Amino acid sequence: MGNSLKGLIEKKKKDIVKLWFEATIQTYAPDTAKFYTGQKDPFANPVGHTTAEAIPHLLDQLLSDLDSDAIKSHLDPIIRIRAAQDFSASQATAFIFKLKDVIRACLPDELKEASRLKELLAFESRIDRLGLMAFDLYMACREKIYEIAANETRNQTFRAFKRAGLIVEPSEQPPKVKGAKP
Amino acid sequence: MADETPKPEELIQIDHRPPKTDWMDVPVNIRKGMYCYASNPKSVEYLGLPNARQWNPLDDDWQLPENWQEIIHEGFKERLEKYRSFRVFMDICVRCGACSDKCHYYIGTGDPKNMPVLRAELLRSVYRNDFTRMGKILGKINGARPMSLDVLKEWWYYLFQCSECRRCSLFCPYGIDTAEITIMGRELLNLLGLNIDWIATPVANCYRTGNHLGIQPHAFKDMLDFFVEDIEEITSVQVDYNINKKGADILFITPSGDVFADPGTYTAMGYLMLFHYLKEKFGLDVTWSTYGSEGGNFGFFTSHETMKRLNSKMYAEAKRLGVKWILGGECGHMWRVINQYMDTMNGPTDFLEVPVSPITGTVFENARSNKMVHIAEFTADLIKHDKLDLDPSRNDHLKVTFHDSCNPARGMGIFDEPRYVIENVCNNFYDMPANTIRENTFCCGSGAGLNAGENMELRLTGGLPRANAVKHVHERHGVNMLACICAIDRAALPPLMEYWVPEVDVTGLHEMVANALIMPGENERSTDLRGEDIPGREIVEEAQEESEVDSEEQADEQ
Repeated sequence: MGNSLKGLIEKKKKDIVKLWFEATIQTYAPDTAKFYTGQKDPFANPVGHTTAEAIPHLLDQLLSDLDSDAIKSHLDPIIRIRAAQDFSASQATAFIFKLKDVIRACLPDELKEASRLKELLAFESRIDRLGLMAFDLYMACREKIYEIAANETRNQTFRAFKRAGLIVEPSEQPPKVKGAKP
Repeated sequence: MADETPKPEELIQIDHRPPKTDWMDVPVNIRKGMYCYASNPKSVEYLGLPNARQWNPLDDDWQLPENWQEIIHEGFKERLEKYRSFRVFMDICVRCGACSDKCHYYIGTGDPKNMPVLRAELLRSVYRNDFTRMGKILGKINGARPMSLDVLKEWWYYLFQCSECRRCSLFCPYGIDTAEITIMGRELLNLLGLNIDWIATPVANCYRTGNHLGIQPHAFKDMLDFFVEDIEEITSVQVDYNINKKGADILFITPSGDVFADPGTYTAMGYLMLFHYLKEKFGLDVTWSTYGSEGGNFGFFTSHETMKRLNSKMYAEAKRLGVKWILGGECGHMWRVINQYMDTMNGPTDFLEVPVSPITGTVFENARSNKMVHIAEFTADLIKHDKLDLDPSRNDHLKVTFHDSCNPARGMGIFDEPRYVIENVCNNFYDMPANTIRENTFCCGSGAGLNAGENMELRLTGGLPRANAVKHVHERHGVNMLACICAIDRAALPPLMEYWVPEVDVTGLHEMVANALIMPGENERSTDLRGEDIPGREIVEEAQEESEVDSEEQADEQ
């Protein structure tokens, strides 16, 4: 990797992860962002903890081979949270694209070199791919929420009534209707 | 047409950070998925509560009575005079913030107005304006603001995003119980007919028919009969039960959710089996009741008066049937009402006896006054005295954790009894992390009447801290079953698990007890109460099938 863009990102990984996490958390109200950042207990602060856990793994994947299963395992927990929170689809997934700003901010001089452009575009395409995966996960979560809401009443009451024999279903043999022709 | 496509330099200016605005200046945005539908006017009218009308939270006009501000002011004043705790809670908060990050709704939604301190400030700001000299003089500088339609809408939106779980109150150095502030706020909203339908209609049903779903007595009995058939199919034992039996020793009251909603129904089967076992072995005489067919009390989420009216049925039925004391099933808020308010509201119960287990002789001292015993205590006492024949290995396929339901935990201190029972009916029990259980337990996210279908995002985000702890024990220990002692939990936790930890299922305590209970005269069981094979016990059938398949194959070959 050495002097390649990936190598440079690797060298500044700590800063990039920190800024990317901050950019993600700052999509929440200021007081909430402070709490999600400051509370380190994973059980007192599942949102901050989940986000902090996933961000470095996602960057690792962008630097390596974009393994879709590995990405899903790290991306799903964040998107699952943001899909249920008060965000639009774009707000829920925008943090992925924030990484572009973060990288530009962390490597200002290095990216001035014209020769870096090709590498940068290639890396940003990888970020876009990550963004597309986030869209898919977001949609799956939203569909799940609707599915859960739609099924809940049925599962709770309809099944119980059915088991109690309070619901009459069509019998196997259709009823004979007077005058009906075969 | 003008080109409205943003230029690159404009795009880079887009800031995803919300603005830093004082909370009072952030207008309320009633969002789909976070609120419950407005109360059905028929239900409000049935209860004789004021201002029954059709209204929609998303409309600008909430069809309020002309003098609504006066009604709120007078209602506020009356309650400040009537409940000293309310006035104290309005006055003493120093806004230290100890409660702010303890609410599951705040942790999960990230909405600052779900910080308990801010939720309480919604009322306090109006209190300062209307009832304190400093507030009247200094206004906003003193954190005061007059009541307006926007403020009222904010009250409604956020007071129905509090499950009254009282976790925040644990951390308040002054002991302020924010749940009581929510309770008062909801009472005030009810003066204007601003309830949610998930509360109003169950309350009306309960008042009229006896239970939340409005199931009539014959259907209630039909369900119990159906459970009897199911139990016979599984165990070959035909259980016997009493209903509305005068002169029984004990009246049993449980939330109707146990009788009508899965997976609570399996817990109801568990009660039937336990009572049958105790009748056969020790002559215990328990009766169910169709009049007292609801342990839950959504009146608690409406007003003190409504809670009292619904609760009065329990003692009335105990008196009518002439029982000695009352045994209560697995429920959450039912126990908060029983433990903290029932005796004061509808006592004294001089027609009942101090509860004593007729089997073990244990005197339930904690129920000396209100005469009502929690079934987890009752069963734990039976196990402690070795009165139950149990085969915990029938639950060996389960790795169980326990969710402390907020009200039995923080409202009456039931921590060890359910754990003791679980550890005696199964072999694999793993508690969740300490700051998520016992008095620190996180709410299911759907309590206090908020388990409707339309506010699913609120429920899922509010339940996130609980689900996150379940996920931890699932990943670390392979936990696949979440046990609880609350009917709302049994209804609310399955969808919560489906979203966050789909590998984990939900059970009531007495479903597990009954699965382990060896009934007199029963056959070897191959399935549990859900009709699912018990791993390792279905072998005979499989072997038989295999031999059949083998013989068929041999026949084919020939």
